[in-house]
Amino acid sequence: MTRYSALSVFRHALSGNRTWGRAWRDPDPKPYYDVVIVGGGGHGLATAYYLAKEHGITNVAIVEKGWLGGGNTGRNTTIVRSNYMMPGNTMFYERSMQLWENLSQDLNYNVMISQRGQYNLCHSPGQMDAARRRGNIMRANGIDAELFDRAEVQRRLPYLDYSEKARFPIHGAIYQSRAGTARHDAVAWGFARGADRHGVDILQRREVTGYLFDGGKIVGVQTNRGDIRAGKVALCVAGHSGHLTQMAGLRLPIETHCLQAFVTEPYKPLVDTVISFGAAHFYVSQSDKGGLVLGGDLDMYNSYAQRGGLPVVEHTLASAKALMPCVSRLKLLRHWAGVMDMSMDGSPFITRTPVEGLYLNGGWNYGGFKATPASGWCFAWTIAKDEPHEDNAEFTLDRFERGYQIDEKGVGPQTNAH
Amino acid sequence: MIRINCPVCGLRNETEFTYGADATVSRPAMDENEMKPWLDYVFNRTNPRGWHKEYWHHVQGCRQWLVLERNTLTHEIGACELAREVTE
Ligand SMILES: Cc1cc2nc3c(=O)[nH]c(=O)nc-3n(C[C@H](O)[C@H](O)[C@H](O)COP(=O)(O)OP(=O)(O)OC[C@H]3O[C@@H](n4cnc5c(N)ncnc54)[C@H](O)[C@@H]3O)c2cc1C
Ligand SMILES: [Zn+2]
Repeated sequence: MTRYSALSVFRHALSGNRTWGRAWRDPDPKPYYDVVIVGGGGHGLATAYYLAKEHGITNVAIVEKGWLGGGNTGRNTTIVRSNYMMPGNTMFYERSMQLWENLSQDLNYNVMISQRGQYNLCHSPGQMDAARRRGNIMRANGIDAELFDRAEVQRRLPYLDYSEKARFPIHGAIYQSRAGTARHDAVAWGFARGADRHGVDILQRREVTGYLFDGGKIVGVQTNRGDIRAGKVALCVAGHSGHLTQMAGLRLPIETHCLQAFVTEPYKPLVDTVISFGAAHFYVSQSDKGGLVLGGDLDMYNSYAQRGGLPVVEHTLASAKALMPCVSRLKLLRHWAGVMDMSMDGSPFITRTPVEGLYLNGGWNYGGFKATPASGWCFAWTIAKDEPHEDNAEFTLDRFERGYQIDEKGVGPQTNAH
Repeated sequence: MIRINCPVCGLRNETEFTYGADATVSRPAMDENEMKPWLDYVFNRTNPRGWHKEYWHHVQGCRQWLVLERNTLTHEIGACELAREVTE
């Protein structure tokens, strides 16, 4: 496999770019793998990559029912940040941020990480106090955070609504300068290529429909195209976590909800950062092609449908206009939805399960894209060593029975409230 | 837009309602001392891909709590009853 470099781009250009090899193979499955990973999104691919790279476990397959990156990995709004304040979350997301910062070099694949900074706006004195507290916790953990007052936010983001008529007055913002965006497809492709280079088999268009059991232990998967035996089975199926654990007799503290995203027609450079509204669930950034990328709230009812309803379209666009009146005449170009694994405390799981042979990575809520590298890194560790790394030690299923929920928002056990 | 057939008000837009929760979980008896039934009640969900029984509140209408059957994969709407008339 060729290493990508300026020289290789130049050399292939000379031959009209007809000589590039494929970036990963499309192999037939072997009858047995040490680890079968279910789900070829960012998390599954990253898990395979780090299993091979960090732990030398290369007899691994990724089984994906559709195409790689076709789930939430290819549907998200690509915001990357590490501004978490609950013990258990803080250092996990910071590990992820640090992996992002060197990911293109590590993978030899440009994931287009752009640390353009992220503002979380505050619209009341109470929100400013909460932001100050969050910022202090971040800084105490060595993570960058700055608090800006209204005047400074207005200087930096002059196009927001600071008028007397603004529905939600802006009091200030908490800012993380290392936050930003990455190219979602490139993340899937980069990890796929990296895993494949280490010998991992990526098996697409193959749906897991059940498990092979030996006594109470899971020893493989059934798929719509034949059985595959495995030493360990690792789930990275996001919104389908409940469906796949149910086949193993396990109920999870997860419900599946649909989340939409929107892109406007291309526009001249306007938003050179990421802005999150503090008054409603809304955020905006601008893609390299010029489209404003908008995100909003869940549709609120459980859904596996991968398509959203119109009330949320209206709510999101109303939020956009309340925050940035200048966008009112932009047209939407596309919108779509993904199915989210919303957990009861809003935090994820990277853990062994009560079923022997079955490992779970899920419960990512709105925010699993930013977690992709650390999620793969920690899940690989957990699978290889049969115990968690300290950075995912709290992401267990039994935290609910122990009373150690990681509820970043403090809203209690209601999945659509996080 | 989902339209819900409220037994009191008839077919109304989803925006008049607030989604409540999974209607298949029920609270253990108050003298239940085992941890597991409480854990299942508060946190664990079947989360089906298909038909789901769920609470909705017709908050902008008759203000009744309803139990609706809805397909989570197709968004198809099934039977809808007043929650207080649903017996286990
Ligand atoms: C609209 C939207 C916006 C978002 N915005 C952000 C954001 O700005 N920042 C952020 O950090 N996060 C964001 N997220 C969340 C983020 O996208 C996800 O948490 C993350 O991508 C999950 O990655 P994954 O690999 O776990 O899941 P996925 O990419 O969904 O991969 C799971 C894969 O499993 C496969 N699968 C399912 N069932 C089976 C089966 N039975 N057999 C085989 N394969 C199966 C699916 O086909 C899928 O490809 C957003 C999500 C959405 C939907
Ligand atoms: Zn009614």
